[in-house]
Amino acid sequence: MKIHEYQARILFEQKKIPVPRGKLCTTSSEVRTAAQELEKPVVIKSQILVAGRGKAGGIRLARTPSEAEEIAKKLIGSVIKGIKVNSVLVVESVEPKQELYLGFTIDRGARKFVLIASSQGGMDLEELALTQPDKIFRREIEPLIGLHDFEARLAADSIGLGGRTATDFSSICKKIFAIFCEVEADLAESNPLAVTYDGSLVALDSRITLDDNALFRHPEYRNESEDMSPLEREASQRGLAFVQLDGDIGIIGNGAGLVMATLDVVSHYGGRPANFLDMGGGSSSDVVFNAVSLALKQTNLKALFVNVLGGITRCDDVARGLVQALKGSQTKVPVIVRMVGNNEEEGRKILADAGVATLDSMEDAAKLAVQKAYT
Amino acid sequence: MTILVGNDTKVLVQGATGREGRLHTAAMLRYGTKILAGVTPGRGGEIIENTVPVFNTVKQAVEKFPQLNSSIIFVPAPFASDAVYESIDSGLKLIVVITEHVPIHDSIRFTNYAYSKGVTIIGPNCPGIISPGLSKIGIMPGHIFSKGQVGMVSRSGTLTYEIAWILTRAGYGQSTAVGIGGDPIIGKDLLEIVEMFAEDGGTNSIVVIGEIGGDAEERLAGKIKHGNFKKPVVAFIAGRKAPPGKRMGHAGAIISMGTGTAASKIEAFKSAGVPVAELPSQIPELLQREFEEKKKENGP
Repeated sequence: MKIHEYQARILFEQKKIPVPRGKLCTTSSEVRTAAQELEKPVVIKSQILVAGRGKAGGIRLARTPSEAEEIAKKLIGSVIKGIKVNSVLVVESVEPKQELYLGFTIDRGARKFVLIASSQGGMDLEELALTQPDKIFRREIEPLIGLHDFEARLAADSIGLGGRTATDFSSICKKIFAIFCEVEADLAESNPLAVTYDGSLVALDSRITLDDNALFRHPEYRNESEDMSPLEREASQRGLAFVQLDGDIGIIGNGAGLVMATLDVVSHYGGRPANFLDMGGGSSSDVVFNAVSLALKQTNLKALFVNVLGGITRCDDVARGLVQALKGSQTKVPVIVRMVGNNEEEGRKILADAGVATLDSMEDAAKLAVQKAYT
Repeated sequence: MTILVGNDTKVLVQGATGREGRLHTAAMLRYGTKILAGVTPGRGGEIIENTVPVFNTVKQAVEKFPQLNSSIIFVPAPFASDAVYESIDSGLKLIVVITEHVPIHDSIRFTNYAYSKGVTIIGPNCPGIISPGLSKIGIMPGHIFSKGQVGMVSRSGTLTYEIAWILTRAGYGQSTAVGIGGDPIIGKDLLEIVEMFAEDGGTNSIVVIGEIGGDAEERLAGKIKHGNFKKPVVAFIAGRKAPPGKRMGHAGAIISMGTGTAASKIEAFKSAGVPVAELPSQIPELLQREFEEKKKENGP
């Protein structure tokens, strides 16, 4: 889960990492006052959880308090990349001599933390990795030991820093690592980390992504991911894994890998999946009811394909939940069910009584779903 | 021969008295798994399924049953990491973590600690291990699998069952099937399990079931390309149609920063000479073709 820049900035301030002076504002008059207090040109930054907000016009420079107010009037309440701007961070404009990158993340393959630093900050790490891979310093950090001081010094040295700037960089490096561990982040970075003309360092942007699975230990952060569709939000509240796609055949299954494979097979036969919906293993009839009801809320569906491999899941439970959901929704959409496994006979009978036929091959069922959807 | 789980596997169930723990203890016993003891703090003295004594600590269980060598963990996510350390501390050498939603800072630490102690971790967020006809440490439906010589390794649960079922009906039984889990940080990964299958006398071919996210498939393919694998390997990759930046159910199934796409994995396998099935049903015929190819290469 991404947290807002202003939230990450609070963590930086608590560790005494230098950040530009500034304030979070929710109205244009607050922005004007903030700009007056800063007595400098200011940068107004939309607090939205999407990448590329700068390019999309979400970050603007204002030279005077009245200009700041005008910009804020336009920004606050506007929609950028599909997300409404509710608040902006107003910070003093800092002119960097150089922009650095500094961050910590997790290397899946190596099973280590990793420190990444670069003398070429400002752009996305992804872009940097593509365009100037030799400008990236990367070092695996032992999770059981943590960051050694020398590793922080090594990073500073490797990206060409010296003197007081290098010392400050190492210190910030240790502080960001401490934050990364304390909040249990997937990613904690400052990009750009500016070197100013007097050689000091200022974290111009701070970005932190938390591990959803560790949120129970950090109740101060609520999962408020903004880049979710209303259905994705509802699914997440019901504990279902749902991803909106751009097609018209609804897909439900039990188990993430099986559902992904179902999307692939439907696509293979020329179908366009409308969604990914994993009910999970061991689905009870309630879960199935919720999943089917949710999928049928998609108004553009031409067919619904339910693919259940009942290993632990009982097919009769699935059938009962399905029938109940179909009755409740009064849908006219053709429903294709593939169901094999535990209590298969009983499940098939429940569905047959409700007028729903079942198949036992995923691929045959996918073909049928595509055929029913488009003819 | 099999890998990881066999006749001498003696299992401890951690979180044995919970709903999942009880259900699967019963299912594993029915399958023939030798479960000697369970652990749930505060529930010592209970007996589950009329045969499995429950202890308060792993230490007590191991003192009573020194032949214990493996553990399966059903403990809820906030306490799963502690359960892993407790098992390592008592000398168990194989730990299967079924628990879903384990925090990544926990799993990155206990997997590293386990490696330093020579302990094998499978999972978290996995279905476990089955050596058909012998034993299973996991939650997979035993009846879908059949005894044979195909080694299976997979990042997914139900997709493993789907493909095991296809293999079983096509007459390809399995030596061992390992569900390594869908999290970004796991114990043994695809490559390590394939290397175990390569050494196993009871395995004559390997089916790899990968999915989007991470680079485990690419690393495996690289090793196959430059290594000396004699056994046929066939792959399937789930998530060809997954959009970037979205988690597809599994915490680890996400295309991020341009890496982890199905296309990249398929390309890596193809360049290593590993055929990739487009549909699950094609796996048996691809295996058949690989057997014939290898026969030609290796002589009669």
